[in-house]
Amino acid sequence: MKPRVVITGLGVVSPNGVGVPDFTKAIKSGTSGIEFYSKLKELNFSCQIGGTPFITEDKKREYLTDLQLRNFNSNGILYGIIAGMDALKDAGISPAAKDASPLWDLGIIFGAGTTSVEKFKESVYILDAGNVRRLGSTSVVQTMASGVSAYLGGLIGAGNMVTTNSSACVTGTEAIIMGYERITSGKATVMLCGSCNDDGPYVWGGFDAMKVITYKHNDTPEKGSRPMSASASGFVPGSGAGALILESLESAEKRGATIYAEVLGGAINSGGQRNEGSMTAPNSVAVQKCIVDALKDADVKANDIDYINGHLTATSKDSLEIENWCKALNRKGDDFPYINSLKGMIGHSLAASGSIEAVSTILQLQQSFVFPNINCEDLHPEISELIPSNKIPRKLIYTPINIAAKASFGFGDVNACIIFKKN
Amino acid sequence: MTTESIYAQLLTIIQTYLPDDVSLDDVKPDSDLTEELNINSAHLVDIVLDVEETFDIEFANEDMESLRTLNDAVSIIQKKKAS
Repeated sequence: MKPRVVITGLGVVSPNGVGVPDFTKAIKSGTSGIEFYSKLKELNFSCQIGGTPFITEDKKREYLTDLQLRNFNSNGILYGIIAGMDALKDAGISPAAKDASPLWDLGIIFGAGTTSVEKFKESVYILDAGNVRRLGSTSVVQTMASGVSAYLGGLIGAGNMVTTNSSACVTGTEAIIMGYERITSGKATVMLCGSCNDDGPYVWGGFDAMKVITYKHNDTPEKGSRPMSASASGFVPGSGAGALILESLESAEKRGATIYAEVLGGAINSGGQRNEGSMTAPNSVAVQKCIVDALKDADVKANDIDYINGHLTATSKDSLEIENWCKALNRKGDDFPYINSLKGMIGHSLAASGSIEAVSTILQLQQSFVFPNINCEDLHPEISELIPSNKIPRKLIYTPINIAAKASFGFGDVNACIIFKKN
Repeated sequence: MTTESIYAQLLTIIQTYLPDDVSLDDVKPDSDLTEELNINSAHLVDIVLDVEETFDIEFANEDMESLRTLNDAVSIIQKKKAS
């Protein structure tokens, strides 16, 4: 029998709250983290709003030394370190002592889309001026894809697998499933799983050029991210990090750790960019199969799902996502579970979204609430045809949730769905 | 520029890179920067960049290779400044 896997620690760095207590307060109250950025306006962006976490210089120094912060210019790695180290602390696990052995049974899968485009820019300018030697020692570690897991690995002294995964907007959810599988296969006892993404014009510019982010809310940033709304006009870009400590139930019980929830299983697949699937559009058959496979892996029935944490980005694909959930679960109308989207509050934090949203899912399971969907007072008619509006709470509700599904869908036609159970 | 004043400025530079458990008092002119002071070898290039900036000189690759101690740094700096 494969070992049961539980969640014993959480960390989050979100545009609407840094740290689990502030984040919990923010999602309960429907607090937006979206702001106007004059820099985007100066650069002629159509979308001049976004969501970035607020980190003070003092906060940085709680996690990194002055030397580590010297020439440090990577928001993605910074967010990942804060979320990851918070999760470890929350789980009551101490990093290995400096001269001790590495923690052989503790691994890290911490994903990223990009972590340090600003550092890349800085390095490219120095290099193009013929000063390659002036890059010093900080360019490689901050710009390599696995920078965030490498930093975390050193801070913690992790001795198991230490890696970064990357699969666009699926990254965070995928990291949790991969960590879960690492523990169920008996290769690790504890896995720090999460994801991060950096921010700013160089990260968001490509999306602006693709016209997939909204240009209609530069004067009303908090109204800009409108998942499931009839007036949704594209997503709002964001950033941040989420982190979870996954641990075998046996180890958690032995340590007397606080258990937030159990990971029952999950599935990862791709639509192969076939049929209606493409680099940027989902193949619905694959989406539905991913959800069905996740249920099967978790050994739960579609009817057992009490709550869905959707991908729901605030583009024209939201209705299709709801339709796919209806088909995969074979549930619609009053029979449909509660559903919400965190993106209304914090925008789409790209590779960080899956892990931040997973943290929000766990908090709702643990504390028996469904956070409010903001900015969808005008529900999209295609969605209200499928499910009644009371399944898409616009106000905070307290209700027991036993089993939750969290899914993410990303560029490259990739999907991931994970099933959590209340402890 | 006297050896003493160069050395004093080098100490200021080195301070940033010392591990937590190594104090400035442990630093001697002939301490091996990586072997004895446990400075991360990756940081040697950063130390050199700081030295270059402070003294307005440029190290050649060969200078980097011969840099083991602060004494080495002093003699490289004096040579560069003299030429």
